[in-house]
Amino acid sequence: MIDKIMDRVNGDAALVRRGRYVTLDFLVGVGDQDYIFRIDRGRIDFILPRDKAMNSGHFTIRAGADVWAEFWHHTPRRDYHDLFSMFAAGRAQIDGDVTPFMQNIRYFKDVLTTPRATSGEA
Amino acid sequence: MPDYEPITGRYFTMDVAGEPVRIYVEEAGAGTPLVCLHTAGADGRQFRHLMSDPAVTDHYRVIAFDMPWHGKSNPPVGWEDREYQLTTELYKQTVLAFCDAMALDQPVVMGCSMGGRIVLHLALEHADRFQAVVALEGADKLEAYYDTEWLHRPDVHGGEVAAGFVSGQVAPQSPDEYRWETLWTYMQGGPGIFKGDLYFYWVDGHFDDRSSRIDTSKCPVYLLSGEYDSSCTPERTEATAARIKGSKATVMPGIGHFPMSENPDLFREFILPVLDEIRR
Repeated sequence: MIDKIMDRVNGDAALVRRGRYVTLDFLVGVGDQDYIFRIDRGRIDFILPRDKAMNSGHFTIRAGADVWAEFWHHTPRRDYHDLFSMFAAGRAQIDGDVTPFMQNIRYFKDVLTTPRATSGEA
Repeated sequence: MPDYEPITGRYFTMDVAGEPVRIYVEEAGAGTPLVCLHTAGADGRQFRHLMSDPAVTDHYRVIAFDMPWHGKSNPPVGWEDREYQLTTELYKQTVLAFCDAMALDQPVVMGCSMGGRIVLHLALEHADRFQAVVALEGADKLEAYYDTEWLHRPDVHGGEVAAGFVSGQVAPQSPDEYRWETLWTYMQGGPGIFKGDLYFYWVDGHFDDRSSRIDTSKCPVYLLSGEYDSSCTPERTEATAARIKGSKATVMPGIGHFPMSENPDLFREFILPVLDEIRR
């Protein structure tokens, strides 16, 4: 699913526009695997598995692989349907410098929701 | 002439805690007064669908006012040097002052979220004044799940972050049109107002130690909460209902924290039987 995010974000002009003030690296953890997201003015330059301890980002959002899988369903169950519901239920964590996340809250939430299945998908 | 909705809006000034405040109120329908209390950081527009539903307005005079500091109601004069903070006592006084100003006799009061909490306080302390209370997404015990300091600081847009928080409280099944209308209201709140409301909602409004004293034979209590509510969860609603003997709890599948505004068509399936039962 992570592999779908870059094309979906960069192909969504409104989403890129919302992120026009975002230029930074952040991490997404899927189970034990972290991924580095490099954002340049709302566009994603790359998403790569983190393979060196020194590779980091401003903040990290982590959840189990099963949690992300449910989050990306077309109609997720409760407690999996939104990042903040996942935080509230203790199913996801955010660490690091949270300020840029909060300043662009809709952008980052939308980026992470892009793999969600549309009604025509499984 | 345009095809007007049946809702009319007016302004008046009432005293709240000894201060005059200009209040905006909307109403529609005729019959038993049904006072509607909006959620934290929002305003009475959330009830527009109920006010346009003949199944409701044929029997109820539906009245929704904007709390002071919210919507088209003003803050008190001198607001510019104050930090807004809603306490349980101030909230109760505001609702009672409104019912007095409108000369309402035995209204039903229905509130959502913080409105759903205050109606339980009213049922406990002013049972004789209300025909029944309906708590939507309201519980006697809650736990904060984010830091409200984020809602009012210079480096973050309070309206956008408020909407970013509460968008997770809308069910994924709710129609996009109404999801975004609900969030638009949140984006429009005054600086620090959502945060000030959450002081009541998450800090000052707990009363699970007293809620069992509510006498539902004097003032019937209905609790309705959405499946996707991450704050007033179905479990917290059921725990509240267990403490309030004689209360009636309903969990609404496929609905979040804003039933009347996020999915009005689905919500009416749950609220109409409650309103019918209260009338009988």
